[in-house]
Amino acid sequence: MPEKTNRSVHGGWFFLAVVLVGYGMSSLFDWEATAQALDFFMILIRQVFPVLGLVFVLLLVANLLLTPKLIKRYLGKEAGFKGWLGAVGGGILSIGPIYAWYAVLSELKAGGMRTALIATFFCSRAVKLPLLPLMIHYFGLVYTLILCLYLVIFAVINGLVVEKLLPQKTE
Amino acid sequence: MDFNEQCANDEVGHEVKVQRMKTRAANRLAASFKKTMLAFFNVLPIIIGMLLATSLVITVFPDQISDGLFGNGAALDALLGAVIGSIAVGHPLASYLLGGELLGGGVGLVAVTALLVTWVTVGIVQLPAESLMLGGRFAVYRNLVCFGVSIPIAFLTVCTLQLMGMI
Repeated sequence: MPEKTNRSVHGGWFFLAVVLVGYGMSSLFDWEATAQALDFFMILIRQVFPVLGLVFVLLLVANLLLTPKLIKRYLGKEAGFKGWLGAVGGGILSIGPIYAWYAVLSELKAGGMRTALIATFFCSRAVKLPLLPLMIHYFGLVYTLILCLYLVIFAVINGLVVEKLLPQKTE
Repeated sequence: MDFNEQCANDEVGHEVKVQRMKTRAANRLAASFKKTMLAFFNVLPIIIGMLLATSLVITVFPDQISDGLFGNGAALDALLGAVIGSIAVGHPLASYLLGGELLGGGVGLVAVTALLVTWVTVGIVQLPAESLMLGGRFAVYRNLVCFGVSIPIAFLTVCTLQLMGMI
């Protein structure tokens, strides 16, 4: 197993342990709030469960169909406009909490997905298609359209800036 | 070898080829499934930890903190909105509700827009999980850039609305 994956495995369990210690400490100070937090956790897990199923299917499809060569072609350096379109579209269409997508993006990154496109994907998630009617209801149609337009433009800028800031890997 | 024998051999050869292809596909599917299960098992403690952390922060973080802090000029309000959005966790719908309430309470649209943008693009609570999966530097830079970008987005959105005579 590569060192990075190993670190991520142990890091994940360590992270969970730290959170559980936090719960333990919180229960010492305010048991009621901790119990409320656990109730809320149960609600969240029920909401996230179907998304996790989708993530599992996407991971399986990615492992089955996407070869590093293919990823590099469509989401790598040479992807060009198609890559940007895929990152922005994917970000807008992706549903569920952001952390559910870390695994998929981590796999794609390992396969050669461009860093700028990963950052763009994350930023594009700010445009929530299913929630647009609600946003329009609260803030108006024109505001929503203008904000979404700027979000998409800045998602690309964001991707380019993040890539520029990160040290380039020699292949 | 007569014609019938040749045909029979071809048929057997074809069947062997099909069988080999099926076996290869089944092996590939099994390998992919195993790899996916491993990746999923690796990410599971992170997701559960994230959900637990989110629940605790939402319960402990009082709503009152966001009230009474604004009103220090558009730039500072935008910065404060962006900070609250970065720390806050939860469904984006909650940001619309909070944003709507803040607007109703007299908070400027620039601050509310900055809050809406950082709510979904910046995640202080998610930072450890993002660092573990995508690298520490990537996670820090991405969140910092998203935070920085949220303020120009907020100003540009409001300026555009003003130029269009909508506000």
